[in-house]
Amino acid sequence: MEVRVANVRKEFDRFPALHDVSLDIKSGELIALLGPSGSGKTTLLRLIAGLEKPTRGKIYFGDEDASQRTIQERNVGFVFQHYALFRHMTVADNIGFGLKVRPGATRPPKAEIRRRASELLDLVQLSGLEKRYPTQLSGGQRQRVALARAMAIEPRVLLLDEPFGALDAQVRRELRRWLREIHDATGHTTIFVTHDQEEALELADRVVVMSQGRIEQIGTADEVYDTPNSPFVYGFIGESSSLPVKVEDGQIWVADRPIGLATPDAPNGKATLYFRPHDIELLDGCNGCIAGTVAASRRVAGTRRVELEIGGGRQLVEIELPIEHPAAQKSRIAFRPRRWKVFPAQDS
Amino acid sequence: MTTAPAEAGWRFRQPSVIPGFGVTLGFSLTYLTLIILIPLSGLVWHTAALGWADFWAIATDRRTIKALQVSFGTAFVAAAVNVVFGTLVAWVLVRYRFPGRRILDAMVDLPFALPTAVAGIALTSLYAPKGWVGSLLAPLGIKVAYTPLGIVIALIFVGLPFVVRTVQPIIEEIDREVEEAAATLGANRFQTISRVLLPGLTPAIVTGFALAFARGVGEYGSVIFIAGNLPYVSEIAPLLIVIRLEEFHYAAATGIATIMLAISFLMLLVINLIQSWSRKRYG
Repeated sequence: MEVRVANVRKEFDRFPALHDVSLDIKSGELIALLGPSGSGKTTLLRLIAGLEKPTRGKIYFGDEDASQRTIQERNVGFVFQHYALFRHMTVADNIGFGLKVRPGATRPPKAEIRRRASELLDLVQLSGLEKRYPTQLSGGQRQRVALARAMAIEPRVLLLDEPFGALDAQVRRELRRWLREIHDATGHTTIFVTHDQEEALELADRVVVMSQGRIEQIGTADEVYDTPNSPFVYGFIGESSSLPVKVEDGQIWVADRPIGLATPDAPNGKATLYFRPHDIELLDGCNGCIAGTVAASRRVAGTRRVELEIGGGRQLVEIELPIEHPAAQKSRIAFRPRRWKVFPAQDS
Repeated sequence: MTTAPAEAGWRFRQPSVIPGFGVTLGFSLTYLTLIILIPLSGLVWHTAALGWADFWAIATDRRTIKALQVSFGTAFVAAAVNVVFGTLVAWVLVRYRFPGRRILDAMVDLPFALPTAVAGIALTSLYAPKGWVGSLLAPLGIKVAYTPLGIVIALIFVGLPFVVRTVQPIIEEIDREVEEAAATLGANRFQTISRVLLPGLTPAIVTGFALAFARGVGEYGSVIFIAGNLPYVSEIAPLLIVIRLEEFHYAAATGIATIMLAISFLMLLVINLIQSWSRKRYG
């Protein structure tokens, strides 16, 4: 099922949580809504589910205007961060709930519901736990049951709100891979919310980066990582270093010298240079480069992270070096970013 | 080293780092003995002086049986009514924000604090055939005061806060997401309440019922004013006990009291068993 969010605005007590958001999701796609807390990602997910009503705008499932539909009619599978399982029901009853509450004509017979439940339990790899109660399961198992329950109603869209947020790191990684497999096997259009960029980049076909109630960028993992379109995305996704610069006639200047990077399209004036700390080349002689004195040097996992003080303004910039690289011993390092981007300085 | 069988399966005291087990258990036992156990065993002791034949005569006396029926019957009905409306009141107090909510919330406790005789007199004057409410009901042929119906109303009054105050905290704890989950799965509001919310509230509701019921069985002050106290019709067991005492028929009084005690104990035991069974299942 295609999902189209068209110019949706949502206010809570006059406070806007979403400004005019539009988003097209293809059928069968796995989409991540990624952003810091307060970015409106959960609000957007709840609007699609029908758990909230948009202040303005519409949401379409295929050609049908879902905003006119009640939450029960929308037929979406929703998985909550804290599972929201029914504590007084067994695992099988939890999974079968959505089928049992259907009106008489469309309700499958009891045996069929039971069969569906154990089929879904097989799918989520919890065979044999039909008779358990949620309190007798671990967090990871509960979330699997919650997903099975959501899929039991044959939803048109599967929505997951921070599905792995309450689990510990190892279970998270395991469930991530497993969710991808389930998605590939069942082909549901799936939207999930996360604040964990690693999760979003690894799992999703496309990532929707959100900030302060707006969509900043939509793209594949490669696109949002390699070509971020705003300072926010550059800073939010992956490691990044930034440096205040000046653009003059298509050349980038740091303090009073050009650094050998050309940006023919950028307007003259103050700007900020963004680059990845590991995506740099070290230079010997400095003929058009960024040079600074080493302020600190830290070993981080497989690399060495070096903090440099640049120029008279003592701007701190972080770069990453291979562990054994001789430059780490020096007190002065010159480098030039390989891949980078300048954004005009914001007035703030 | 011979005194401590380390691998013994059962131990009087579970090892714990929290100190004070001996002191607190000792205090609790002493306290409960003084306050509850000694008076109750005194009651049974007095009854025992009666002998089986006399006890049986008292127990099977028609007036005693009727009084017990009235007491337990009205208490049961009142507790059942309170379960429905008390849960509703608790729901409204937790879920909705409206002006005067805090005052309403405080008002629920009034039956706790009000001398029950005051409540009884007030209810009687309202429901008497010439009272505000009674005069409206009289043309319909409904008599409240001086009938078991009046007793039920008095017991509803005194029992309400027990249900509200036991159910309220549990409603507050209900996870919003559980309701939302039910809705996304296609359940309408009625199905959500009957299949998801109420089963979760059941243990609290049962406790509230037990408390209101127990209170109703023992209630005296408010009932005797509104009941009319007609033997065989609207005479409650506690009143019969007082009547027997006034006749200096102490053994008969304690006999009735013992029967009440036994029935109450049995019912509370059953309710507690249901509770622990459901707790074991749902955690």
